[in-house]
Amino acid sequence: MNFFFEVLIGGLLSGVMYALVALGFVMIYKASGVFNFAQGAMVYLAALSVVGCMEKGAPLWLAIILAFVIMTLFGIATEKFVLRKLVNQPPIALFMATIGLAFFIEGVAPMIFGSEPRALDLGIVDEPIESIMENWNMVISKFDLVAAGVAAVLVATLALFFQYTRVGRALRAVADDHQAALSIGIPLQHIWAIVWGVAGFVALVAGMMWGARNGVQFALTFTALKALPVLILGGFTSVPGAIVGGLIIGASEKLAEIYIPPVMQDLFGGNFGGIEGWFPYVLALLFLLVRPEGLFGEKHIDRV
Amino acid sequence: MLYREAGQFKTTYAADQQLFPIRQDRIGVLVLLAVAFFGVPLLASEYWFSAILIPFLIFALAALGLNILTGYAGQLSLGSAAFMAVGAYAAYNFQLRVEGIPLLVSFICAGLTAAGVGILFGLPSLRIKGFYLAVATLAAQFFIVWCLTKFPWLSNNSSSGVISTQKLIIFGHELNTPVEKYLLVLSIVVFMALAAKNMVRSTTGRAWMAVRDMDVAASVIGIRLMPTKLLAFAISSFYCGVAGALYAFCYLGSVEPDGFSLEMSFKILFMIIIGGVGSIMGSFLGAAFILLLPIFLDVALPFFAELFGLPFSSATVSHIQITVFGALIMFFLIVEPHGLARLWQIAKEKLRLWPFPH
Repeated sequence: MNFFFEVLIGGLLSGVMYALVALGFVMIYKASGVFNFAQGAMVYLAALSVVGCMEKGAPLWLAIILAFVIMTLFGIATEKFVLRKLVNQPPIALFMATIGLAFFIEGVAPMIFGSEPRALDLGIVDEPIESIMENWNMVISKFDLVAAGVAAVLVATLALFFQYTRVGRALRAVADDHQAALSIGIPLQHIWAIVWGVAGFVALVAGMMWGARNGVQFALTFTALKALPVLILGGFTSVPGAIVGGLIIGASEKLAEIYIPPVMQDLFGGNFGGIEGWFPYVLALLFLLVRPEGLFGEKHIDRV
Repeated sequence: MLYREAGQFKTTYAADQQLFPIRQDRIGVLVLLAVAFFGVPLLASEYWFSAILIPFLIFALAALGLNILTGYAGQLSLGSAAFMAVGAYAAYNFQLRVEGIPLLVSFICAGLTAAGVGILFGLPSLRIKGFYLAVATLAAQFFIVWCLTKFPWLSNNSSSGVISTQKLIIFGHELNTPVEKYLLVLSIVVFMALAAKNMVRSTTGRAWMAVRDMDVAASVIGIRLMPTKLLAFAISSFYCGVAGALYAFCYLGSVEPDGFSLEMSFKILFMIIIGGVGSIMGSFLGAAFILLLPIFLDVALPFFAELFGLPFSSATVSHIQITVFGALIMFFLIVEPHGLARLWQIAKEKLRLWPFPH
């Protein structure tokens, strides 16, 4: 039973990491209705710029600030040069444009900062916590706990930002209804630039956590693929959905990885490892059949 | 002056309903086919056949399949490479396990298998749409590739799922030169493209377009959503499946499941974006563009590097390729969201008036 809980907690904690990436998706989708496939590439870009600035001799805090500046500028540029020109296009066109954007970043970022994998040291060690190990005989990584704490702080900050600041209120208004927001004088384009900046910030946090964990390398772009099932499970428009979805996906993925392959091996023979590539998707898919709008997504009513 | 339908009167229903209603179009298509069937085999070198023309036709077919689903029926799919994989492995297994099955029959069976799998993964489209569906099709992409790697029966117990295809024998004649393979691929692609062109203007095609434009409205005017959407998935997967079988049998000769990656699905998606979403011809234009671009960049970049005296490493070249790719996708979406096919249409409009535009 201990082992079960250990896997469960490990899964929940890694789910937090998925949720970090999914948050960036939710931010942009909520505010501008764009399904931003480039979020994974943005995570890569953010992590690369931190590492790149540190290689040039900047201390960690300065590198983080510089990376934040880069991400913000990038967000503003994206809004100005891509999204603004695509206003009034169907959402599918915007989605495809973000796939193009992802490719663009994946090409440009390593050209500037170099493509070889590098380590990012945030000063947090990835080792089990001793007291838990002694008392309950479970291996829980310190790093995962810190990541969970960071995610909690991030979500709380975002929630406060959305709830109590002027910009946050404007963001929510835009998310609710573009035209109504425009008509009461909210500058849509500023808001979009801000949203991309915030998404860049979320990507920066995610990129640092993922980069510290797995090293800063091209594989960081695949974090987007990990976040997608989280999104459809939690609903595209819900911040709590991203967190809860992340936890569910993380936990079930790890549990499935432990418990399903042996069963399949008994049934068919052979080796059935590596199911974490598709399991979250199939899980999310089955879930969607029951609740098409996700856990916390808004129910959509079509008008003819 | 040359391209004008004035004076071409339709006196029979058959004339009114033919596939290419304008005489100049008919002549153009015939000339194109003649060049493709007779001219190209005389002129092109072996490299052209095996490195450019055959993959071009195969990817055009796959793009056509995706275009039916995404462009006409409006269901965004990110799993086309997986359906190609199903086709490739199905064709291999039919050849392997059914005694004396003709090659073309095994291709058709491969397409049908892919269609079945397509219907299975199309089922969620009845409940969910838009981006949720796009993400759901990713499930197909990852799951199918995983299955092909992990179930050894599917690849006849070869290690890591690599299959080497059987000989291409048609009517007792073995095809082994690139020209013969090219002609086989070309015949299949032309036949299926014309079939698709015909299909999208039929009741089925119009129902697809109605569903694409607004599915609630479509169901209100009496289009049954379930069969329409599932049929789109089935036919699209059939096209992808046949393309996959050709990809394995006529192009590479030996494939592995990981070759049918997400990247390939994206490539096919880019083909239809750049070529033109909802256009048969666009699938061909897009496939040509996406396949030729890397070849062009491979040649052009070292040239530019020398011109400016910049040392480009091969890593940089591949990064520039990706960058240019991404930038072009965005550029096309901004400048011409309807793709190359739309440019061709504009050209036709201009041609109609030329040389007296007023």
